[in-house]
Amino acid sequence: MAAPRAPLHLMAPVWNQGTRGIHGLSKAVAPEDSQRKGRSLLQFLADHFYDVQALREYLLRKQVLKVHQKNRPFTHIKERFGPHAAGAYFILKQGGAVKFQGKEWIRPNTRGRFSLDFLKFPEVPVEAVDASGSAINYHGLDNLLALKELQSLWLRHCPHVDDWCLSRLHSLANSLQELSLAGCPRISERGLACLHHLQNLRRLDISDLPAVSNPGLTQILVEEMLPNCEVLGADWTQGLRLGPEEQSRDTASPIPA
Amino acid sequence: MLRRSLQFALGRDVLGRGLGTHRGGSTLDWNGKMSEIKKKIQSVLPGGAWTQLHDTSYLPPEHSDVYSQASTVLSVGGIRQQFSVPENIQLSLFSIDFLRNINEYLAVVDDPPLDIQFNPSGYLLLASEKGAAVLESNVRVQRQEGAKVCLMSPEQLRNKFPWINPEGVALASYGMEHEGWFDPWSLLQGLRRKVQSMGVLFCQGEVTRFVSSSNHAETPSGEEVTLKRVHEVHVKIDHSLEYQPVECAIVINAAGAWSGQIAELAGVGKGPPGTLQGTKLPVEPRKRYVYLWNCPQGPGLETPFVIDASGAYFRREGLGNNYLGGCSPTEEEEPDPENLEVDHEFFQDKVWPPLAQRVPAFESLKVRSAWAGYYDYNTFDQNGVVGPHPLVVNMYFATGFSGHGLQQAPAVGRAVAEMVLHGNFQTINLSPFLFNRFHLGEKVHEHNII
Repeated sequence: MAAPRAPLHLMAPVWNQGTRGIHGLSKAVAPEDSQRKGRSLLQFLADHFYDVQALREYLLRKQVLKVHQKNRPFTHIKERFGPHAAGAYFILKQGGAVKFQGKEWIRPNTRGRFSLDFLKFPEVPVEAVDASGSAINYHGLDNLLALKELQSLWLRHCPHVDDWCLSRLHSLANSLQELSLAGCPRISERGLACLHHLQNLRRLDISDLPAVSNPGLTQILVEEMLPNCEVLGADWTQGLRLGPEEQSRDTASPIPA
Repeated sequence: MLRRSLQFALGRDVLGRGLGTHRGGSTLDWNGKMSEIKKKIQSVLPGGAWTQLHDTSYLPPEHSDVYSQASTVLSVGGIRQQFSVPENIQLSLFSIDFLRNINEYLAVVDDPPLDIQFNPSGYLLLASEKGAAVLESNVRVQRQEGAKVCLMSPEQLRNKFPWINPEGVALASYGMEHEGWFDPWSLLQGLRRKVQSMGVLFCQGEVTRFVSSSNHAETPSGEEVTLKRVHEVHVKIDHSLEYQPVECAIVINAAGAWSGQIAELAGVGKGPPGTLQGTKLPVEPRKRYVYLWNCPQGPGLETPFVIDASGAYFRREGLGNNYLGGCSPTEEEEPDPENLEVDHEFFQDKVWPPLAQRVPAFESLKVRSAWAGYYDYNTFDQNGVVGPHPLVVNMYFATGFSGHGLQQAPAVGRAVAEMVLHGNFQTINLSPFLFNRFHLGEKVHEHNII
């Protein structure tokens, strides 16, 4: 089960601080054993008190709503400045970087601020987008799909990009040449199967996808599916990273040439 | 003891309050509506589960596993929007939305998230010269409803999928998004887990009797009608002669292939033929075979769910060059639905030749396994029956989908919930699918039945 549990589970609140402490701890990453102890206390309380259960369900809902809020569409900007500016604004708001045609990369600074100069040139198309590590999901992808001349797209380590998102990428098939999906925890080989629409793709990075069941075989099948594309997987380095007990199990997988 | 605990559970909602004191909430979303139902009404679903999937309720005692013959778990698991009836397209669109957000709809605190293993590879429908015009008009309707389907000519087909032999194909329609296949068992388990966490009780047994009361009323034109109301359902416990009478306010018939038998028990269709009292529920079990084969040179990762013009279909299964497929037999060749034995001759004669002609690589293949399942076949027009029965006033139907029930199940569930709570359909108008059409003779004909 490689799907992440973190987005759906609440971290243990600290009860001696009262309910004020619960709100601030949703982002905290507790260490393993205290997390387990805290969660079993929480589970015990949730099983015996309906109020605690309702509170946990409410906080779960809030976490989900936060992701939705981050992926809301900026229709006002889209109507006023066009799809390229709206897409760029969306990406920059998420903390990603944007490169317009003929210009340099625009990134937000450490405080999350970025210059709004690109709004002065609404006709200039976006050439490359780096949304790595952002909370972009299926709905947020609407903003990206309007960028009809996008050539490079990096979605490394995005926790909410999954197979459903990949099935939407076919509308970028005419222009997309480079795509990187490395490290996304929800992408499996089923989503990679819909990348065959991207006939202009020349570079594809599918390394380090924990949800793919058989990385070596998947790499071979994707290479067969996209003959003009250079596919980067990390299968040989994965072999190096295995521990001694897992190495004997892995000798059955195909050894790449 | 069982009787008392059932009555106790059905009488109180989760928080211990009585039925009358819950908050009125017509502004709740669908999830909230489902919980409202559980708190508000005592409902009995033959099969003992409030799931709108094809549960089997009418099991002979030797089958101890409840879902062993259910159509859901034996299904190939595809979901598509390529139908000709707009309501079917809308049902399927909502269902795919549901499946995409399944971890928000069916989230249970402290349980791992569901993975339904959805393959978004799309459906490819091939049409010969004869069917090309129908296919084109269907695609127009589908696009109007919001499905993402594109039409392809034989040359485009050959370019995109080099393993296809486009001889005899005049037109093809390819679903780009929101179509594919998934694991029906995980959907079933997810629904069960969620409703159990909300307080629904499951009981396992065979429905043997409905106890109902009659009421005579007069129509505006002066005719006398007999309205029935089901009060109790007798559920016979497995491997014993005991039965449990379950008091209920509402009965929902979602018994899949056995819905016709359940409806007869409730008194649907007992009357002179040609009248509303005499109109039976025309759903019967039809056996369909599914074969799993291995073909080392077969199509690759991009293979969609291919449906040939001849009616034979196949799809990829996993990464090891395995494929699932089958074909619906013609009316004359219908196998006997008495059991679920597989006829391997059927594969040799009817499934393999058209598939081998369409995909030349399939000329050498090896069948690994096969199984059979039931369609809850609606003999009237092969479309679902949703909504209340006009005479048995508290019986609702959600059955008869003839092979596309799994993909419409979430949307149909919502529709029945709306019907029960509000008395009419609110989001998708399924009035063409009401029971009355059997008496009035209005067929809702669906062209794309596999």
